[in-house]
Amino acid sequence: MEPFVTLSAVAVPLDIANIDTDQLLPARFLRKPRSAGYGNFLFHDERKAGFPLDDPAYTGAHILVADRNFGCGSSREGAVYALVDGGIRCVVAPSFGDIFAANAAKNGLLTISLPEDTVAELRRRLQRTPGASLTVDLPAQVLVDPDGTRIPFAIDPFKKECLIAGLDDVALTMQHRGDIDAFEAADATARPWLVPAKPNAA
Amino acid sequence: MTDQPRTLFDKVWDAHVVATRPDGQALLAIDRHFLHEGSFHAFGMLDHAGRKVRRPELTFTVADHYVPSHARSKPIADPEIANMVTTLDANARNHGLRHFGLLDPAQGIVHVLAPEQGLTLPGLTIVCGDSHTSTHGAFGALAFGIGATEVAHVLATQTLWQRRPKTMRVTIDGTLGAHVTAKDVILAVIAAIGAGGATGHVIEYAGSAIRGLSMEGRLTVCNMSIEAGARAGMIAPDETTFAWIEGRPFAPKGELFDRAVAHWRTLPTDEGATFDREVTIDAASVAPTVTWGTSPETAVPVTATVPDPDGEGDPVRAEQMRKMLDYMALAPGMALEDVSIDRVFIGSCTNARLDDLRAAAAVLRGRRSRVPGLVVPGSVPVRRQAEAEGLDRVFTDAGLEWGEPGCSMCVGINGDLVPAGERCASTTNRNFPGRQGPNARTHLMSPAMAAAAAVTGRITDVRKLGEA
Repeated sequence: MEPFVTLSAVAVPLDIANIDTDQLLPARFLRKPRSAGYGNFLFHDERKAGFPLDDPAYTGAHILVADRNFGCGSSREGAVYALVDGGIRCVVAPSFGDIFAANAAKNGLLTISLPEDTVAELRRRLQRTPGASLTVDLPAQVLVDPDGTRIPFAIDPFKKECLIAGLDDVALTMQHRGDIDAFEAADATARPWLVPAKPNAA
Repeated sequence: MTDQPRTLFDKVWDAHVVATRPDGQALLAIDRHFLHEGSFHAFGMLDHAGRKVRRPELTFTVADHYVPSHARSKPIADPEIANMVTTLDANARNHGLRHFGLLDPAQGIVHVLAPEQGLTLPGLTIVCGDSHTSTHGAFGALAFGIGATEVAHVLATQTLWQRRPKTMRVTIDGTLGAHVTAKDVILAVIAAIGAGGATGHVIEYAGSAIRGLSMEGRLTVCNMSIEAGARAGMIAPDETTFAWIEGRPFAPKGELFDRAVAHWRTLPTDEGATFDREVTIDAASVAPTVTWGTSPETAVPVTATVPDPDGEGDPVRAEQMRKMLDYMALAPGMALEDVSIDRVFIGSCTNARLDDLRAAAAVLRGRRSRVPGLVVPGSVPVRRQAEAEGLDRVFTDAGLEWGEPGCSMCVGINGDLVPAGERCASTTNRNFPGRQGPNARTHLMSPAMAAAAAVTGRITDVRKLGEA
């Protein structure tokens, strides 16, 4: 995946709470191969007059600033593909769906959680000055608003490391192969019922 | 033992930690991995990297999301949908996995099938590329949904990197009123804590009302944990759990079953164990519940009226409420019982088990539905048993369609859609905009409530319907 280190880009505000992954990627597009270009499906059924992503003032936006519980609902990783293929590299919100946030990190999409008031103020500022840019410095864990105010953010160290390195975590996990082998050997004795029984012939 | 008292979650988590990084990330062993047609991205990643499935004997594939609800013996008309089903067949075959395909006699929705087949057991870690994997927590398993990259990781390594979630106990004591079901309980929980109220937490449901639920009811409660944002939902295994498991096709047998039960009895939360958050709900306060908006957190008693955004102090929230009312075509102050519906859907991983069909049939027996509707059982065994009990005739005599098992109109990707602009009384789990079809309007409710809505053609308090 593409590493994420720093980003300065136009940010688009979205005043909608509980944006679910069905809205990000309607289910009928789930059967499409990634090569179909998931960016075309992003918010497909919401793209009508007045939708901020279609406002020319936010052309070239790579950052979304949204409301609470962004990415709730279905586990579909396609919702992240739609954002990434649609040019979004960072979403700022008061909170995220857990599965969405995990999927995002696996695809080089940075999710930044900040207090509800801070994010609301950020959205108001972006609405007052459409087309304004934010800067994200992941190694320093700082978001810089259009006025130059530095807003520190917290992030899981493992997630940060994977994003900066663009890491494939299967390779990292295989460094623990010995641990996995040992666990499975001990577990086979401790829980002999783990492997399902073969069903009786009907 | 001088150990600290531990929760059910702690015990299952601790028993599965393979390795821990200095930053606190844990590598967790995964005991069951279920995959449906949506897994094609993950199999693609696995094959692209030239990796194999590490433990095929713990990995099961199920066709449910794209399978047709009718005419199974005929080819699937839409080539893209047909391709989703056959691609899963091929991936299962290529990797040597036990596959419950379209025509398998045990086929069903993965979250109905796995418990029914005895694949879901207490104390297991269970993952699936589906957010409603939380369902399996009803057995005291730690079960949660993951995305495609994590699915590929589990296929290759039978493990997953996770940060230990926080814990929340939701205690529901007391007795549920007449016609108040597990669905009403979980909708009330989501309304109380919000659609993101349990984000980052694993919920344990406890209390006498939970212990009194059947396994079907417990599955319904845990199923919708994700709609409160929870990583997972769990219920302590007990005699109800063990009795359900015994004799199921893939469950341990004989002496192995006894040893397993002895272990499972050690899993419930210890006296004195603490949770990061505690929530208490009085069972007697839960009414038959419906949603008015486009988030499950908009659940209210059926006797309520549509809320007024002008009463909301926060202007951003008020505007969000107006958007929901606009989408749902509802006016503030309107009684929910005055809202007419166009269609009913009874099914989904939330409410397509035998108990659910029996509850709906009890309301519909001897009555006609005023609107078209579809009843889709959760699995072939559920369908067969329902037919043996004559439930299918109750539905078809009422004018509803009786379908073949699958996800169907809950997510609409097999072609079963609520037409644009129509309002559906639905036993499903999500009322998101467009969930059941573009511009479809969904009101979530229990099977008995959906059946009552069918009878009157509007949202109806099943308690007031009386005998047929």
